[in-house]
Amino acid sequence: MSEKKEYKVIGTRPIRHDGVDKVTGRAIYGADFQITGLLHGRVLRSPHAHARIVSIDTSRAEAHPGVKGVVTAQDLPAAEDKMADLGEGPVNLKYLCDNILASDKALYKGHAIAAVAATNPHIAEEACELIDVEYEVLPPVLEVRQAMEPDAPILHEHLTTSSLGDTEDKPTNIASHLQHKKGDIEKGFADAEVVIERDFVTGTVHQGYIEPHNATAHYNQDGQLTVWCSTQGAFTVREQLAEILQYPVSKIKVVPLEIGGGFGGKINVYIKPVAALLAKKTGKPVKVLMNRADVFEGTGPTPASYITIKIGAKKDGKITAAQTSLAFEAGAYPGSPVGAGAMCVFAPYNIENVLIDGYDVVLNKPKSAPYRAPGATNAAFGTETVVDELAETLNIDPLEIRLMNGAKEGDRRPDGPVYPRIGFIETLEAAKEHPHYTSSNGKKYHGRGIASGFWFNIGLESSVTINVNPDGTVNLVEGSTDIGGTRASIAMQAAEVLGIPAESVNPAVVDTNSIGYTAVTGGSRTTYATGYAAYEAAQDVVKQMKVRAAKLWEVDEDNVQFADGEFSSINGKEEQMSFRDLSGKLSQTGGPVVGRATMDPAGAGGAFATHVVDVEVDVETGKVEILRYTATQDAGKAIHPSYVEGQIQGGVVQGIGWALNEEYIYNDEGEMTNASFLDYRMPTCLDLPMIDTVIVEVPNPGHPYGVRGVGEVPIVPPPAAIANAIYDAIGIRMTELPMSPDRLLKALGKI
Amino acid sequence: MVRKSHIQTTINDEAVEFLCEPRQSLLEVLRDELHLTGAKEGCNNGNCGACSVILDGRLVNSCLVLGVETEGKSVETIEGLAEPDKLHPIQDAFLENAALQCGICTPGFIMSAKALLDNNPNPTEHEIRYWLAGNLCRCTGYDKIVRAVLDAAAAT
Amino acid sequence: MQAYEYIDAKTVSETVALLDEKGDKARLLAGGTDIIVQAREGRRTLDWMIDIKSIPEVNELAYDSDTGLTLGAAVPCYQIYAADAICETYPGLVDATKIIGGTAIQGRAAVGGNLCNASPAADCIPPLIVLNATCIIAGPNGEREISVEDFCTGPGQTVLAKGEMLVSIKIPAPQKNSSSYYLRFIPRNEMDIAVVGAGASVVLDDAKQRIVSARIALGAVAPTPLFAEEASALLAGKEISDAVIDEAAQAAQVIARPISDMRGTAEQRTHLVGVLTRRALNGALQRVRDAA
Repeated sequence: MSEKKEYKVIGTRPIRHDGVDKVTGRAIYGADFQITGLLHGRVLRSPHAHARIVSIDTSRAEAHPGVKGVVTAQDLPAAEDKMADLGEGPVNLKYLCDNILASDKALYKGHAIAAVAATNPHIAEEACELIDVEYEVLPPVLEVRQAMEPDAPILHEHLTTSSLGDTEDKPTNIASHLQHKKGDIEKGFADAEVVIERDFVTGTVHQGYIEPHNATAHYNQDGQLTVWCSTQGAFTVREQLAEILQYPVSKIKVVPLEIGGGFGGKINVYIKPVAALLAKKTGKPVKVLMNRADVFEGTGPTPASYITIKIGAKKDGKITAAQTSLAFEAGAYPGSPVGAGAMCVFAPYNIENVLIDGYDVVLNKPKSAPYRAPGATNAAFGTETVVDELAETLNIDPLEIRLMNGAKEGDRRPDGPVYPRIGFIETLEAAKEHPHYTSSNGKKYHGRGIASGFWFNIGLESSVTINVNPDGTVNLVEGSTDIGGTRASIAMQAAEVLGIPAESVNPAVVDTNSIGYTAVTGGSRTTYATGYAAYEAAQDVVKQMKVRAAKLWEVDEDNVQFADGEFSSINGKEEQMSFRDLSGKLSQTGGPVVGRATMDPAGAGGAFATHVVDVEVDVETGKVEILRYTATQDAGKAIHPSYVEGQIQGGVVQGIGWALNEEYIYNDEGEMTNASFLDYRMPTCLDLPMIDTVIVEVPNPGHPYGVRGVGEVPIVPPPAAIANAIYDAIGIRMTELPMSPDRLLKALGKI
Repeated sequence: MVRKSHIQTTINDEAVEFLCEPRQSLLEVLRDELHLTGAKEGCNNGNCGACSVILDGRLVNSCLVLGVETEGKSVETIEGLAEPDKLHPIQDAFLENAALQCGICTPGFIMSAKALLDNNPNPTEHEIRYWLAGNLCRCTGYDKIVRAVLDAAAAT
Repeated sequence: MQAYEYIDAKTVSETVALLDEKGDKARLLAGGTDIIVQAREGRRTLDWMIDIKSIPEVNELAYDSDTGLTLGAAVPCYQIYAADAICETYPGLVDATKIIGGTAIQGRAAVGGNLCNASPAADCIPPLIVLNATCIIAGPNGEREISVEDFCTGPGQTVLAKGEMLVSIKIPAPQKNSSSYYLRFIPRNEMDIAVVGAGASVVLDDAKQRIVSARIALGAVAPTPLFAEEASALLAGKEISDAVIDEAAQAAQVIARPISDMRGTAEQRTHLVGVLTRRALNGALQRVRDAA
């Protein structure tokens, strides 16, 4: 391990810069935006899960008093069947547009069909009921194995399977098949002395952010389109709008307002293009808001999946082979996170022989969207349950079997990459030493489970500029949406370089006309990549200010050094000046200093976590209570430990919800029957204990301060950890998520 | 079209008059008519608590109150909590404890916590969790929120 | 959302006249936690929203150790659990008022509203049934009374005829050595609708060994909350034992005719009726034993 560095700002816990606005209600979120002349939009959604749209008649709605405009898919530019690259991989443009407003078919209940702009939201809602849509209702398919059957209802007549580079010609719902191979899988299983193979099913779950989607759009007379909204990435909104509306990026400005949660679900656009179409049609600014049912029925859930896991090991616990088949529901259009699931499924372990197959399958649910380590939680539920069973079968402690097989620097992940320095083993050791793990847990129907998880994290592009103020403070301009305190974690990295307090940096998240391209807040990249850009921009400031000091002192700039917030001259003249004092002399030495940096860093460094959970099962009702929870995680270097803990705690609790109660419940017609916060049961604070966190710091060699992304991996272990704890409590292996009371009662043989 | 009603009420100790349709909720009135957008709409049916305000001393979901019902009543919202030069101790405690991430649920939690501490100045952890169960947060896992309320109780 | 007019009614007679004139296009507003959402989501159509909270009779909350409790139809939940006398006397009702919605809902939602909304899963109704509560109904032809177990006729439907309104609920004073208990099963610990609810009241002999009489009521297992008459009757006169409680629980399961929906399956509900009936009875018994 590298030497322990001393930091002044990093690792401290300052008050976040946007905090006062957010505790006083003054912060402006997407739906809070007001502008003169504003109209209100409302989207009409399909009542059917699968239907051909025969006709749409908007005349009655258009005649309704107060209505200013109605749009349908006819108002979108004709979408070609071409691929567009929107920053997170290629997307079929026809699918993208059809998901905004359905053209020929409605593919899920809640699919947008038309939209109205009116003088108030109630009139817009009334007018939606006056739009006459004739549907030819088709049978829906709602489960991944059924959708893969040869005689399943087909969603897209032109969709054929792209399998390992080849494309078949028969229409199907299987959009693609991918495979990763390592070693010799047959030999691996032949060498095994114990082989365990299990099937797993996970339910459809939603990101569950509290703020519904929103957008306000306006076209100026000169054709300039402005969109105010909450989003995880203003630039990706700009790109998607440009593709969908076939409009130049130079004429689109996206203004990101505060965002009320995303977790991956606010990367794709839904109503933003609709607001733009309505604005174009009416010539007025139009605000479109979703309600909660719209959010559940019309935006990205993360997919249900069917997973088989087969792992073989020697009697001493050494894993010799692992094989999986991952079938993920993409929703209405291709693009499930099965690829990411395949990257993560066996990633924590160094296994010689591996075979991974993944299937991306369309069916009549909303198009899936990323959700915190997309795909990894589904996959880990399978792997970590089987590893637990393996440990039990071989009579080995579940942490020991993971220590024995855990991936380290230099090991190769099954899908190819070789690990740099990673901290998986350290998370296991931290769990093993934790008083939670060493405490006794012997009560009847109480159980303890552990599970680990991996998320690869991403880098991508970020831009930062830093303007130096004459009083020694700086204004930091960035393009990364702040969903959970990243203004602070980015500002702190600049402050550390400049030797100034965190409070002396004023961070601002600005619109797409005011900063260089910055990719989405996602992939746990923001503190890593935008923080890296802030570090580099601050270095640029230092470099420029050294020139100013040299000028002031009449020395060669190579003879100016900067350390601990002080500029000083070396080799001769004894000169010293603080960052603050030199900031006051910029106008005399050549004018303002603006530091800048753009980054596209490659060394995101993987994140690992290991969780320990104690549960109690009520065997009469099937209800599981979480008694104690401890999460260990390698953060590389925690910039603001409070917000790292917060990310861990929040991810754990989302994982607990996924494990125990959250799921989309459908009737036979393909209608979600629990599209509300009442019946889609996310945890409340009364369902939980405090969530203990242990931050392990194994510096990431790919970042100057060793930062690894922390946001996503904490959601990965909980379902498996809880399943393992339930097994410890009642001796039953749960293989279906959620592990809700009715499923437990069935497993217990009570019903 | 239904005629709008003229309502006289008190909001954050200020006399306020507004016009609204009977179907408009207090939440709509606060946000759309009075531009007090601190109360948020998360579900519009009383299940998330993001719109929590205090009506005549009782915590309510403003999405489940009609604007016309506030005639002659007194409404406290997040905008009225801080003094001009000083935050309320609950607001300070939320900042000190990093009890918010995205912040959309924060005004609701703070109003709910205020109603709790007005009612019970020294709540236990369980009492806090019970009282706040009507406020959903999806970011924090609630740990730091509960700690913030415990701290605020200790500070006041 | 549909548009409607708002009327702030001041008297029972005014309200009755309005309801008689406007029929089911007029709905009453007390706590609003159901009706406002139903109007917003189009699940009830209405042209008139009549606020009854200015009417004195519907705000009455009075307990007398001889005559019992008068609970005005618009009294919100929090007032009930804030009243020590009620907590002591009718703990089964208090159990329900503490778990309806969250704190903010309890600041508005009324027991009377919970009853008139007539959800099969309404938490307040089983405890009212086991406490022998009666509805006081005002109408164009004057006042009438009906027991709570006969009030609901189907999901969202009640015996209230055109022009009638619930004014208050009367609960008799409890007998010596008696208590009540209500619980529900929900997957979360709050903010949920009962998968099954069960209420029980018991009257014991002076030795607290024998059940003099008992009443059991169930929620969310039929189109209306149910009074489990046979299960209740078979407890009368029995020595307290696990066996007799099991017997009552099984008898309660017999009358349950639940459906499967997003909140639970029929099999799960039938099973839970047994579990919850036992727990409700044991809870009520424990309360009698714990009383000084």
